[in-house]
Amino acid sequence: MTSILTNLFDGVAYGMLLFVLACGLAVTLGLMNFVNLAHGAFAMAGGYVCMVLVNRMGWPFFAALPLAFVSSAAIGIVLERTLYRHLYARSHLDQVLFTIGLTFMSVAAVDYIQGSSRVFINLPAALQGQFDVFGVGIGRYRLMIIVICGLLTIGLQMVLAKTRFGSRLRAAVDDPRAASGLGINVPQVFAFTFAFGCGLAGLGGALSAEILGLDPYFPLKFMIYFLIVVTVGGSSSITGPFLASLLLGIGDVAGKYYVPKMGPFVIYTMMIVILIWRPNGLFGRTAAR
Amino acid sequence: MSASSDVGYHAQRQARWHYGEAAFWLIVLACGFVFPTRYLIMTDILRLALFAMSLDLILGYAGIVSLGHAAFFGVGAYAAGLLALHGIINEPVLALVVAGLVAMVLGFATSFLVIRGVDLTRLMVTLGIALLLEALAERFSNITGGTDGLQGIEMQPIFGEIPFDMFGKTGFFYSLAVLFLLFLFARRVVHSPFGLSLRAIKNNPLRAAAIGIPVNRRLIAIYTLAAFYAGIAGALFTQTTAIASLDVFAFERSADLMLVLVIGGTGYLYGGLVGAVLFRMLQELFSTITPQYWQFWIGLVLVVIVLVGRQRLHRWVLYVPNLVIRQIAGRKAVVAVPESDA
Repeated sequence: MTSILTNLFDGVAYGMLLFVLACGLAVTLGLMNFVNLAHGAFAMAGGYVCMVLVNRMGWPFFAALPLAFVSSAAIGIVLERTLYRHLYARSHLDQVLFTIGLTFMSVAAVDYIQGSSRVFINLPAALQGQFDVFGVGIGRYRLMIIVICGLLTIGLQMVLAKTRFGSRLRAAVDDPRAASGLGINVPQVFAFTFAFGCGLAGLGGALSAEILGLDPYFPLKFMIYFLIVVTVGGSSSITGPFLASLLLGIGDVAGKYYVPKMGPFVIYTMMIVILIWRPNGLFGRTAAR
Repeated sequence: MSASSDVGYHAQRQARWHYGEAAFWLIVLACGFVFPTRYLIMTDILRLALFAMSLDLILGYAGIVSLGHAAFFGVGAYAAGLLALHGIINEPVLALVVAGLVAMVLGFATSFLVIRGVDLTRLMVTLGIALLLEALAERFSNITGGTDGLQGIEMQPIFGEIPFDMFGKTGFFYSLAVLFLLFLFARRVVHSPFGLSLRAIKNNPLRAAAIGIPVNRRLIAIYTLAAFYAGIAGALFTQTTAIASLDVFAFERSADLMLVLVIGGTGYLYGGLVGAVLFRMLQELFSTITPQYWQFWIGLVLVVIVLVGRQRLHRWVLYVPNLVIRQIAGRKAVVAVPESDA
């Protein structure tokens, strides 16, 4: 019984992490219908920035996390303004090729700068180990992830639902043409959201170094996970991707624990079945975009 | 003059063999005699060319974007490897066809998943299938040899007469013959009314359906055929290198394949062949400059190609040949810009 709860806890932490990593992609895919396979590269950038700051410069972990966010967001906005925006109107094939190219470049570049082995971020002692609550082992680090990601999710939901920017964004997602007709600067909204999504990915990358492992192949290894979150969750709201991430996180952890021999098999089968059943995602709109 | 006979005239003219095409194949054949020390790399190029041609059939002609074409390559590779390893079918040509058929069956089965949904769903499903097969191959490592791959494959002589030699000479001519035969068939297919209907589907599926083309059936048919081609390419890989390992399913293989096709151009069959040559040369060049980081430059090439625009790039490449033709022959350029996909 307790092992089930511990697994559930780990799965929730994993899922929350995936959500923070992937929710930027949900906006890219949903708002501009842009297939960004390089999303993981931004996460990796954040992770490596955090690693360098903490391990090499001796920054405290919690001070390095915001910087991971800022640096990834900065890279995101620069690339969006210089490269990505030329490709919004192009075919999906072009977008796929372009972002695969970017991913390859980021993998090789990080390999060149930091070496190809897995890196670890030195965590403060307060985050290490685990404690028991009624016999259920709770990892401190995972608890922190759940707290941070939970707060972020609530924050995102509030921003989307309550603020002016949120309503602009929702309008732009629903119908970019009508939104720009109403005087909403859709490209600007998108650029800002893209940068913010990249920043979140960077933060997620920094947080995930301990759990998912951080090495130059991160963007390729986890690309499929991000895509699963978005395609299964649908891109019409952030609730969809959020639930999909939790499902994926719990499913993956449980799958690895109870049927270790099946490996990632469970996840891929689930994804294909869901996509066949609901091509627009579990929580997406039924009408084709 | 009705429009339909006009279309037929153009289609027939396009389907005719040009001198350039004959010259192309003669040059390829000549390479086999001119560079006897380079059989291994040339065989590699031929395999890649066949694989790229397979992707061209669905991407260039039917407009299906696939990120997991390596699935069929891998299935073909393992099928050929297992057949040879356990001595089920010893004759390479027969084993090749059987391996192709196995991939074809898989292609047929998965085509129903692929024709559903839009581009993004297709990307995900094709990618998912390839990853699934990779996971399966890893899971059943007692059959596939896991990460070590299939080892100890001994290839029997072709038709029981021509043995494989250690320099790869047999392998090269064998691969060339297979490539040429499959090319002839693909050429026939794409110039047939069937092939023309595929182009109609690619340009506008809704309109194609409205003029009475059974869109889904055509897509299933071409996807199955492409799977057969990819399976043959994979089987050739195993037969000429005598190994099959998990990386036949790798995502990088599918991604590289896209690059091959993009370099060569889609939708005119030669794209895969030209692209394979250029891609391998680029790869050699980059890995001599930076042995470990050639992937960076490959990525850069992809980014630049997309940013410049594939159509514009092909116009630039064909500018000089067309100029020469115009000057010498004094007529309109015959080297046309390949039909690009939207």
